[in-house]
Amino acid sequence: MSKGKKSTGLSRRQFISRAGTGAVGSVVLLQNCVSGNENEKTGEEQIKFKLTGTNSLSLTVNGKKISTKVNENTTLVELLRDNLNLTGTKVACNNGECGSCSVLLDGEVIYSCHMLALDAEGKSVTTIEGLMDGEKLHPVQEAFIEEDGLQCGFCTPGQVIAAVSLLQKNPSPTKTEVMDGMAGNICRCGAYPKIIDSVLKASKKIKT
Amino acid sequence: MGRKIIRSEYHLYDEKIDTLAEVPESELTELPNNKDLKIIGKGIPRIDGRDKVTGKAIYTFDKTFKNIAYGKTLRSPHPFANVVKVNTSNAEKLEGVIKIIHADNTEDIGWYRGNSKLFDKVARYEGDEVAFVVAETEVIAEKALSLIRVEYKELDFVINPVDAAEPTAPKIHDSGNLPPKHGHRTYSRGDFENGIENSDLVFEQEYSTEVAIHNPTEPHCSVVNWEGEELTVWDSTQAVFGVRDTIASSLKISESNVRVIKEYMGGGFGAKLEAGKYSVMAALVSKEIERPVKVVLDRREMNLAVGNRPDSYQKIKVGAKSDGTLMALGLTNYGSMGAYSAGAGAHWPLRTLYKCENVKTSEFNVYTNAGRARPFRAPGHVQGTFALESILDDVAERLKMNPLEFRIKNFTPIDQDSKLPYTSKLLLEAYEEGAKKIGWNKRKTAGSDKGFIKTGYGLASQIWWGGGSPPAYATVKINSEGNVQVLCGTQDLGTGTYTIIAQVAAEVLEIPIEKIDVLIGDTQATPYAPSSGGSTTAPSITPAVYDGALQIKAKLISAASAMLKLTEEKLVYANGVIHEKGNNSNSLKASEIVKKMKENILVAKGARNENTSNYALNTFGVQFAMVEVNTLTGKVTVKKVVAAHDIGRTLNRQTLENQFHGGIIMGLGYTLIEERVMDDYTGKTLNTNLLDYKMATMLDTPEIDVIIVSETDELISAVGAKGIGEPAIIPTPGAITNAIYNAIGVRINSLPITPDKVLMALNKEV
Repeated sequence: MSKGKKSTGLSRRQFISRAGTGAVGSVVLLQNCVSGNENEKTGEEQIKFKLTGTNSLSLTVNGKKISTKVNENTTLVELLRDNLNLTGTKVACNNGECGSCSVLLDGEVIYSCHMLALDAEGKSVTTIEGLMDGEKLHPVQEAFIEEDGLQCGFCTPGQVIAAVSLLQKNPSPTKTEVMDGMAGNICRCGAYPKIIDSVLKASKKIKT
Repeated sequence: MGRKIIRSEYHLYDEKIDTLAEVPESELTELPNNKDLKIIGKGIPRIDGRDKVTGKAIYTFDKTFKNIAYGKTLRSPHPFANVVKVNTSNAEKLEGVIKIIHADNTEDIGWYRGNSKLFDKVARYEGDEVAFVVAETEVIAEKALSLIRVEYKELDFVINPVDAAEPTAPKIHDSGNLPPKHGHRTYSRGDFENGIENSDLVFEQEYSTEVAIHNPTEPHCSVVNWEGEELTVWDSTQAVFGVRDTIASSLKISESNVRVIKEYMGGGFGAKLEAGKYSVMAALVSKEIERPVKVVLDRREMNLAVGNRPDSYQKIKVGAKSDGTLMALGLTNYGSMGAYSAGAGAHWPLRTLYKCENVKTSEFNVYTNAGRARPFRAPGHVQGTFALESILDDVAERLKMNPLEFRIKNFTPIDQDSKLPYTSKLLLEAYEEGAKKIGWNKRKTAGSDKGFIKTGYGLASQIWWGGGSPPAYATVKINSEGNVQVLCGTQDLGTGTYTIIAQVAAEVLEIPIEKIDVLIGDTQATPYAPSSGGSTTAPSITPAVYDGALQIKAKLISAASAMLKLTEEKLVYANGVIHEKGNNSNSLKASEIVKKMKENILVAKGARNENTSNYALNTFGVQFAMVEVNTLTGKVTVKKVVAAHDIGRTLNRQTLENQFHGGIIMGLGYTLIEERVMDDYTGKTLNTNLLDYKMATMLDTPEIDVIIVSETDELISAVGAKGIGEPAIIPTPGAITNAIYNAIGVRINSLPITPDKVLMALNKEV
């Protein structure tokens, strides 16, 4: 039967998780801890949300030097998708849990939803759009098509990026090593067996 | 080829569809077996693969405009509350906020079949819509939500369906928590009590299953844009026509003024079969501010507000003769609909899977203060089959019968409701091949495996509909380069719809698949096709494509006959070229014919054929699982699953395998790790993210073998394909559960089977 207890505790938690980026979330969290109740803190909002960025940022994206201005709370994936129109990189959880937003940062695979754009200053980012050589597919991309390592395709750019990174570090992975290396990328369609096949095939392609 | 119009009546989940359909007047020539075909049945790489691996595929999530504004929904933090007052004044002061709508400044728009409104003054679950903000950026819209002050009057709530069915429970709707029409549903055939009396063994057991969340990777999202009175909606949806109709009726505008487009979508699994409130809210504001509006749900909203697989609390009673004959099957079940009407039953497998004359079921579809259920990959069948197959395994053991022999003993060749034979039922063949593949004879006595990691084998069978039906249409065109375009109002959820359409057209017209362009998911550009649910897409649309392609072929032959001044009997069609019999040099290419005929003449509308009324249309299969249970940690590892199914014709071996893998892995997650966790004291959901809502990762992936025992099902259509999306997941939980029992010798009757449940079960025995 209904416990019927009244609670007000979770609205703050709800707010934080909705705040979108880790950075904004943590700032708001701090404020709430101080004020105790966001509901009473109405007109005193401290965070100013700017419509256009004011912080200069230079980085390399898919081999091109980019100089732009961003907000301090803009995440790397927001920069890629919203400012640079590189919509190949997806966002499924915006919380560092699923791997859909995986990109390479100086060759290392990272979750771009969980990194501030400003933290990529001076670094080199490779997205799914940067893997092709002109119209020629990267061997990993070829293998994903041939082995059908995808269904809906929404997590696929992240999977492909994770596979590229895995194969850079370990050009001849075993099946178990593929499973370990790709475990940070969730595929709700459950195409895992064919993703494994794709990565193993890509490994062969790269070697030959 | 003649046409006729028929009345087509069928069920899609809980909805009765009663419609008119144009169908071919006579039966089409059947496709030969796959071994004699060049393209159908082969593992052709999906035609949209390149778009998807390069990031060029544009999903609704990626759609944008230069002057786009962003919408976000304010949702109730309480499980049950009156919305007394909404104060937006502080939020409106935030720079970048454009418009906020809520109950007090928006006209009443009915929702949930008139049981609620777009903005209801009563919030019936944590997540119910209260207000909608449109701002210059998503971050600003998020921030504005926190600045809206809502005065709620909290009410006593109830979140468990068994509790909620009690007359004293808080009433979620005025009529109570059991809706008059379908709150309590019963079914019976034969004489259940008599069957029990005449049984040598009577066994009763309770089972429970969790609420599971669809969590497709692409969140629910819409982009809306008005041009004058015409509204275009890009939506991540399994039903472009359904969304169009709901949006048009909600906004009280003509359907012809609404265009819904879905090119690519990131999964649905049933959660995207209906229009979302967010699309209508966005359209309302977009019209007013004269700007396009984009709305994307976040993962928390995905876990609260856009559907789930209902839980089940099942009590099953089985009566059997000592020779294994099933004498009686009875079920009582409670399932949560959530706060608004939905289907929450689970009785169909018990009613249809095995031969039993005496069946009685009593099911309660109960309102609870939680997110509303939606169809989720084989609704009802997943939880129902788990419980049925668990108890039948238990009964077989008590009768000292091999679980497989027990199931073979109770095989039925006819549908026991209608007494009609099945168009095809190769379940016995599936048992045989599946058992061979898994090595069923290696199965030991339950709990007898030595060591602390114990291996076990289990099986479960499956029945589902999945035969498809009219109306479904496909327009096939050929242009002067000999390229073919197929237009069809269906959707590709990631299942490979684009590819199977192209395969069928390429096979019939004998041209390379690269020459086929497929356009789907656009209400303005394509003829009607039904929503993509119920495993009906492939069996409904491929016969329409086949029909259309055959018509084009016939037109080309007719045109060649006129051009070459030869009767059609003297012509042969091969590889897109028509030539005189015995004289290959006297020939015409399709492109040459089309050039002569000018543009847009060689167009054909293909239609799905009428279903037979003399047969029941179903899919069947069995899955065998091999698991390892670590009796020290309680961890279950699924090592291998063999899936053997009768699903008619295989259209594409590669995408078929992939979809089976996905169903089995999703079923594995449902059996072992997935669970929406709600707090009894607050009525709130505790795991609304992908870290705490556990879904299978690559590390959970077992070895999977997919065996298709059917060649085609010619009684369904000339193509003979049935659906596979749902059959793939149905038997998995039962097979794994029975394998766990076989490993440890103790039954666990509550999903998900997490390590703590395994350890508790083992301690009980020690």
